[in-house]
Amino acid sequence: MIEVQGLTKAYGEKTAVNNISFSVNKGEILGFLGPNGAGKTTTMRVLTGYLPATQGTAKIAGFDVFDDSMEVRRRIGYLPENPPLYLDMTVANYLDFVARIKNVPAEKRAQRVEAATEMAKIADKRGELIKRLSRGYRQRVGLAQAIVHDPDVIILDEPTVGLDPKQIIEVRHLIKSLAGSHTIILSTHILPEVSMTCDRVIIINNGKIVAVDTPENLTLQLKGGERIRVEAQAPEQALRDTLQKIPGAQKVQVDSVGSGGRMTAVVEARQGQDLRSQIAAKIVGQGWPLFELRGENLSLEEIFLQLTTEDPAQKKAEETK
Amino acid sequence: MRGLYAIYRKEMSHYFVSPVAYIVLCIFLILSGVFFNYILRQVIQYAFDAGMENMQMGGAGFSVDVPSMVLRGFLSILGTIVLFLTPFLAMGVFSEERRRGTMELLMTSPITDADIVLGKFLASLSLFAIMLLPTVFYVFYMFGHSDPVPPWRMIAGGYLGILLLGGMLLALGSFLSSLTENQIISGVLIFGLSLLLWLLDIFTEGGNNALAQSLQYAAVLQHYDPFVRGIIDTTGLVFFGSWIFFGIFLTMRSVESMRWRRA
Repeated sequence: MIEVQGLTKAYGEKTAVNNISFSVNKGEILGFLGPNGAGKTTTMRVLTGYLPATQGTAKIAGFDVFDDSMEVRRRIGYLPENPPLYLDMTVANYLDFVARIKNVPAEKRAQRVEAATEMAKIADKRGELIKRLSRGYRQRVGLAQAIVHDPDVIILDEPTVGLDPKQIIEVRHLIKSLAGSHTIILSTHILPEVSMTCDRVIIINNGKIVAVDTPENLTLQLKGGERIRVEAQAPEQALRDTLQKIPGAQKVQVDSVGSGGRMTAVVEARQGQDLRSQIAAKIVGQGWPLFELRGENLSLEEIFLQLTTEDPAQKKAEETK
Repeated sequence: MRGLYAIYRKEMSHYFVSPVAYIVLCIFLILSGVFFNYILRQVIQYAFDAGMENMQMGGAGFSVDVPSMVLRGFLSILGTIVLFLTPFLAMGVFSEERRRGTMELLMTSPITDADIVLGKFLASLSLFAIMLLPTVFYVFYMFGHSDPVPPWRMIAGGYLGILLLGGMLLALGSFLSSLTENQIISGVLIFGLSLLLWLLDIFTEGGNNALAQSLQYAAVLQHYDPFVRGIIDTTGLVFFGSWIFFGIFLTMRSVESMRWRRA
């Protein structure tokens, strides 16, 4: 449904999005995850035809977002970061206006406005002026605006910002209920949101794609079983040395727990290696009592931080090259 | 076309809930009413004095064409009022949309830039016409109470001229409004433009050298004056028409460039 090839967008000297490619299948929910300023909004703006790309192409339903902008615009619903609302209109008038500029035929307009307000749970606010609505309701009016013409593709930039926890859950349900018949791209910098709503995640940082996968795979495959937690009774320094000598152990962190010389150690292994048996053998071999040994999954949050946080030392090395 | 109508409709309904439009309309009514009253009194006084003087000299009475004089004075002053009030109608046209982020909604909807620009221009011109409407009542009032009746040509020409003048200011104003998110800045820019046009008029009056004459061509009120006299000539039509066209053209380019400028 959506095809992005080698997309680059530069603002003067600054490159906001750097050569990214991805595709989204029909009916899928794709999450864009990244810190602020990563290029999420820029990518979405290019997809909606609001900004032209510097290089590369993007196609929605087979139409190029630049060359066939009108065809693309007919097929998308877009909620920008700040909901584009006319504050002195009522909710119903506003949605009617949006339906008009989105080419909804006259005979269907009232029905579509009603459906959108039902879905966004703002049916009881139809007659109210938008300026009298709270932040959460305004956000939902913005959401209703994006679906009022029943578009094939829905692009949502940070759809849950400014909502309270209950509203966030409702909006997530709404998004999930739209999937299947609609293709959805949403951006966020909140991690649980992605694991809860999206079929696939693109992690983006500094304008580049860092990882693409399902939320489960990102958590399990990428790092699963490769972080091992050990609890043993041993001298701190000796334990650290022993663990560090194990081939494949990258990072060892040892802390004492309470009194009695018990230590917990966290060992991180290189990707795809399971060091559990070796660790057990070493500790038992030293004659230290072993209390616990288990593999830990990294949460999506940690993966996100790992993938997007640059190592200052590495960066410096690259600069001096 | 459907997009243009949707924009037009939205703009009109916006005007009727916006305090700015009501305040401008209200001030316009007050000013035009005061000036109409003043001009009427002045002209009647003048006609009365002239008649008396004529009779004292032994003449058989002297008739002054009061309706024409009133109308001409009134329409001229309307032009000046319009020059100073229109900026307030035009300043928010695009600035407000940019500030609210609604420009992003319009520009990602299946409507053309021309739909947006022309829809907005026609709506502001309609509001301008609505603003003028009450003054038509004054003119009709004169019909009922004067002899001879005011000349039709002058009325039609005057109002056509004022619409053209307003259209020119609104078209150029919508361009200036599209340049900034700040309504105050766009308001000051448009007001500055009006002021400049008005000053040109004053400075070039009576000047005979080449500079004064070429500047005179740019002075709007000079082109407005023939309309007030009931003369609809092509120079005026071309002058206002090309400014309106130019303003709309610049606005379209400016809206188009928003896609490139936005960071």
